[in-house]
Amino acid sequence: MTPAIEIREVHKHFGSLHALRGVDLTVEQGEFFALLGPNGAGKTTLINILAGLSRATQGCSRVMGHDVVADYRHARRALGVVPQELVYDAFFTVREMLRFQSGYFGLRRNDAWIDELLHNLGLTDKADIYTRLLSGGMKRRVLVAQALVHKPPVIVLDEPTAGVDVELRQNLWEFIRRLNRDGHTIVLTTHYLEEAETLCSRIAMLKQGQVIALDTTHNLLSAHAATQVRMRLNPSRLPDVLRTLLVAEKADCFHLVLKDYSGLEKVLATLREANVAVDELEVSKPDLEEVFLQIMGRAGKEMAR
Amino acid sequence: MTGLWTLFYKELLRFWKVSLQTLLSPLVTTLLYLLIFSHVLEAHVQVYPGVGYTAFLIPGLVMMAMLQNAFANSSSSLIQSKMSGNVVFLLLPPLAYWEFFTAYVAAAIVRGLMVGLGVGLAGLWFTPVALTHPLWMVAFAVAGCGMLGAAGIITALWAGGYDQMAAVQNFIIMPLTFLSGVFYSIHSLPPFWQALSRYNPFFYLIDGFRYGFFGVSDVSPELGLLIVGTCFLALSLATLALLKSGYKLRN
Repeated sequence: MTPAIEIREVHKHFGSLHALRGVDLTVEQGEFFALLGPNGAGKTTLINILAGLSRATQGCSRVMGHDVVADYRHARRALGVVPQELVYDAFFTVREMLRFQSGYFGLRRNDAWIDELLHNLGLTDKADIYTRLLSGGMKRRVLVAQALVHKPPVIVLDEPTAGVDVELRQNLWEFIRRLNRDGHTIVLTTHYLEEAETLCSRIAMLKQGQVIALDTTHNLLSAHAATQVRMRLNPSRLPDVLRTLLVAEKADCFHLVLKDYSGLEKVLATLREANVAVDELEVSKPDLEEVFLQIMGRAGKEMAR
Repeated sequence: MTGLWTLFYKELLRFWKVSLQTLLSPLVTTLLYLLIFSHVLEAHVQVYPGVGYTAFLIPGLVMMAMLQNAFANSSSSLIQSKMSGNVVFLLLPPLAYWEFFTAYVAAAIVRGLMVGLGVGLAGLWFTPVALTHPLWMVAFAVAGCGMLGAAGIITALWAGGYDQMAAVQNFIIMPLTFLSGVFYSIHSLPPFWQALSRYNPFFYLIDGFRYGFFGVSDVSPELGLLIVGTCFLALSLATLALLKSGYKLRN
């Protein structure tokens, strides 16, 4: 099957800034994919290249098999982009904007689908209101609707929930999930790692224009975020054998890092043998935030070398 | 073609929605010029034999209003989209660069012609004006509006903000229109300025447009249209090349 998105050896220079340094990425059809990275990592630049808003200095990108430069008409028809900035056209109402957007994509009578989009995004009563008069959250919904007027198989959302309240965020994700279940490929960038963790099946991490991690969410979590244990001991003395696992010592507590849960048993056995009692014990589950920081930290060291 | 039509329609609707500013206010301003200059000069100036000064002035003012409004339409629309960021709505869809060009220039022509028609009709209320060669008149009107529509796109593409936009409008477009013979025939000028005026493409626009009314001109209408047509073509090709390259739009 043709991949939804293919990015091959893409470089982008802005003057002396090397914003993308040979990015390779494939997103299969039907995936829910996250693009993570700190500010300035190149996420938006990569999306812009995919969307034709910017041109790669080197390398090529395809959407549903269509080259974004040579076959831009097909590539853009296959792609819906929700931009990061809350942009709107002050001259027009929501419905006018959606009709124009449909027209730009070559669709003449699209009102049935526009009505459905408005309904699904809770915008029906805002249809004839000027977009500039809407709240930030509502403007965001209009942007989502605009990205979907042409029913694109691939949908890219660039930080769609930045500055959006919790309720809308939930609604929005419910809607995007439904689109994904209906077969749309979803790519999103977000700063909220828990969103990527709960929604996305695969994750790419970007740093300084390079992909530094690319795996399923599950693998990333199990490979990188070792289980952490916080223990208060009596007497407060850690047997030497366990010193290798120690990562921190805070407020009379020892923080140990384990590969997985099974390591816990060995730790407890060692403590029993050394006649040390456990007064308090807390096991923290790995989360993407830690993985993210770990990988970013490690990549930082490697890049510095 | 749906994309092109939609963009053209959107551009029309944009100025139509603010027609007080885009149609009515240039009409009023131009009529004030007409009122004042015709009052002051009607008795003193006669440019062509048998043509009163007010009658001479009307085609010039019509052309001036058309040029300024054609330029204003494409340039302000595009710079606003650029500055507010909503130009992405035009860059994400599969619109070709030539569709972009055609829609913006066509809308600029429509606005220019609407303002021109308004000024012309209102001018008739002051004094009757002959219309000897309507086809020449239309040809120069369309070419002029098209030229300035294209120039407006180039300016808005280049400008980094409203300030630079206004600079082009006030330091290039305005002087070129005012010094092109709207208010006088270049034959009344000293030789140096007369020669200089011949390098101003707007001079040929106004001169040729006036020919459509009175059948008299400083330069033959064929030569005028050739020069104007060449300028229109050159500006169009330049605009198309910029749009195709994605200059300041897709980088």
